[in-house]
Amino acid sequence: MSSEAANPSALRGIWDNLKSTPKRMYGSAFRSGSPKTDRTRSSFVFGNVFLHLHSVRTHIWSLKWSTTMGLGIMTTAAFFITLVTGILLMFYYKPYPDVAYQSMKDIHFVVPTGRFIRNIHRWAANLMVVAVILHMARTFFTASYRKPREFNWLVGWGLLVTTLALSFTGYLLPWDQLAYWAITIGANIAQSPREITDALGMTQYLDIGGLQRMILLGSDEVGAEALIRFYLLHVMLLPIVLLLLMAVHFWRIRKDGGIARPDDADELVSTDPKENYPVFTDDPQKTYQLAAVVKGTTPAVGNGPERTLPSMPHLFYAELGVLMLTTLICLALALISDAPLKEIANPMIPENPAKAPWYFLGLQEIVSFSAFTGGIGIPALCWLGLGLIPFLDRERSGSGKWFGGPGGWTLFKWSLLVGFGASVGIEAFAIHFGWLREWFPSIPQLAITFINPGTVLTLIYALFSVWTVRRYNSTRAGAVALFTCFLCGFVVLTVVGTYFRGPNWEFYWSPSDWPGH
Amino acid sequence: MTTKPGEKRSRFDPDPMPRRDFLGLSALGAAAAALLFSMFGMLRLPKAAVLTSPSKKFNVSLPDTLPEGEAFVPEGRSVAVFKDTAGVFAISTTCTHLGCVVKPTTQGFECPCHGSRFAKDGVVTKGPAPKALPWLKITESGGTYQVDEEDQVAPGTKI
Repeated sequence: MSSEAANPSALRGIWDNLKSTPKRMYGSAFRSGSPKTDRTRSSFVFGNVFLHLHSVRTHIWSLKWSTTMGLGIMTTAAFFITLVTGILLMFYYKPYPDVAYQSMKDIHFVVPTGRFIRNIHRWAANLMVVAVILHMARTFFTASYRKPREFNWLVGWGLLVTTLALSFTGYLLPWDQLAYWAITIGANIAQSPREITDALGMTQYLDIGGLQRMILLGSDEVGAEALIRFYLLHVMLLPIVLLLLMAVHFWRIRKDGGIARPDDADELVSTDPKENYPVFTDDPQKTYQLAAVVKGTTPAVGNGPERTLPSMPHLFYAELGVLMLTTLICLALALISDAPLKEIANPMIPENPAKAPWYFLGLQEIVSFSAFTGGIGIPALCWLGLGLIPFLDRERSGSGKWFGGPGGWTLFKWSLLVGFGASVGIEAFAIHFGWLREWFPSIPQLAITFINPGTVLTLIYALFSVWTVRRYNSTRAGAVALFTCFLCGFVVLTVVGTYFRGPNWEFYWSPSDWPGH
Repeated sequence: MTTKPGEKRSRFDPDPMPRRDFLGLSALGAAAAALLFSMFGMLRLPKAAVLTSPSKKFNVSLPDTLPEGEAFVPEGRSVAVFKDTAGVFAISTTCTHLGCVVKPTTQGFECPCHGSRFAKDGVVTKGPAPKALPWLKITESGGTYQVDEEDQVAPGTKI
């Protein structure tokens, strides 16, 4: 007692502090306490740097499943799954020809859980591509790209390309036959502007195609230089670009007023006065004032945001649910199906058939008519067209509603029919009768570059869209027709490329009809 | 808008640019120009000055028993060498469409990737290939032949 008596309160104080440290630590990190009242739920969101990407309260319309189907969150979730599994794979992967293949084999057969992690990585990457395309379709068909969301549509446009680039660069890394020949084809597509410059006899002065290929591969062939470049793009450059664009994309959703909803969303959600959720009445301890002059329409005073719910828990739990679902899908697929690993890359013997990843097989199908038109011309046209949509369609009707705007659901169905019919028809024709080169062997290449099944299909779609614009007297209607047609064409060509093309890119009804080696 | 000395400016005329704005804009412009030029320097880097790929020139000795019109493919090269009564000639087997290696057949060449077909002299007969397979320069010295994959010659050139 005597030694403690020297200064008992200070020592006891330290002990007490130590005992209460975990609680204090938690309290200093999460100042608002548990989110049990509306006020603490709000501060839970705006007191957290990550959560405050969302607003404190969310409109009930945005929380409905049919509004977004959770596709954006699913894309994000798939990305984070690839990020985590990708970092794990980097522990063992070595980006050098042949060594790369051996390290893939190690991951597949030796590394604990290596095969499983790689399977998840591959399935999450595939899922991300599917989800991002569906997310774009959702945004388009609900006319959510309109003012003030034009810029965010453009950010999404960049995200789509970055996602595809990430998939494409990842495809080379295993250094197997599949990888090598897919990238050989991809690199030569980058070189295909030569088809034009050759025809004009100017390749020796201005060789854009050759330059593109050279920069992509770092050499004149797919080798060590190409592998390290693709690796750099895949694990560093593109993920950084993707993360930056994602941050802008999410932030703009909030700044643009949340998920797009129709003008009469309040009434559509509910007319029951009991569902008018009161704001900040449970625990009023704070007064609010207008702290900044903001642009945009003034909220209707007296009406209040009564059609909103606290983001915590309603929005966050929904997002958590989508994250869990995405993880579940990836895990299930990874257990069912292994990521392929073929023989080691052999520059002398092409894989036959040499197929790109499935989402590029639609492209490969039109590339098999003309390298430049299919690989650069039509994709560039689609990409530019997508970017222009919000600036051409400045109509207001139908915003925030599925198939909103003139024509609506009927127009969508007809567009599906045209998109499907035209692409199947032109494919059947080209497969059955061949094309210009077979009929007129000495025809100049430029004629084929500009007149081939790909351009004919594009022309049919464009004419249908022009007709729709006139029929409904609406840009939106034309955009719906064109977008639906191209989406349909993309699906049809992808299916043909995936299931009906065999050795020498010949048409087969089923892979079981393929000739043996 | 400038005003002459003594002339009263209308209040509807826009203000002349203040000195501070002018200096700020100049600074911004200078920074942008500096960044732009440094960017050019960085953009130059990825275009390799030296290619690490092996030499495109190689020697080949043809087997004496090579039948007329049958392709001889030297190991590790995408070139087919032929011998007939008129002489020896070499045709590239890299598809002019998207760079797959074409296979010599009795009718000519066929590409496994997108189904292009070429005649015996390399001319396209079917498929998406935009131009004929190039003929390559081949020279003879002391019974062996030297082929240069980067040196194309007119089709029909035989030695």
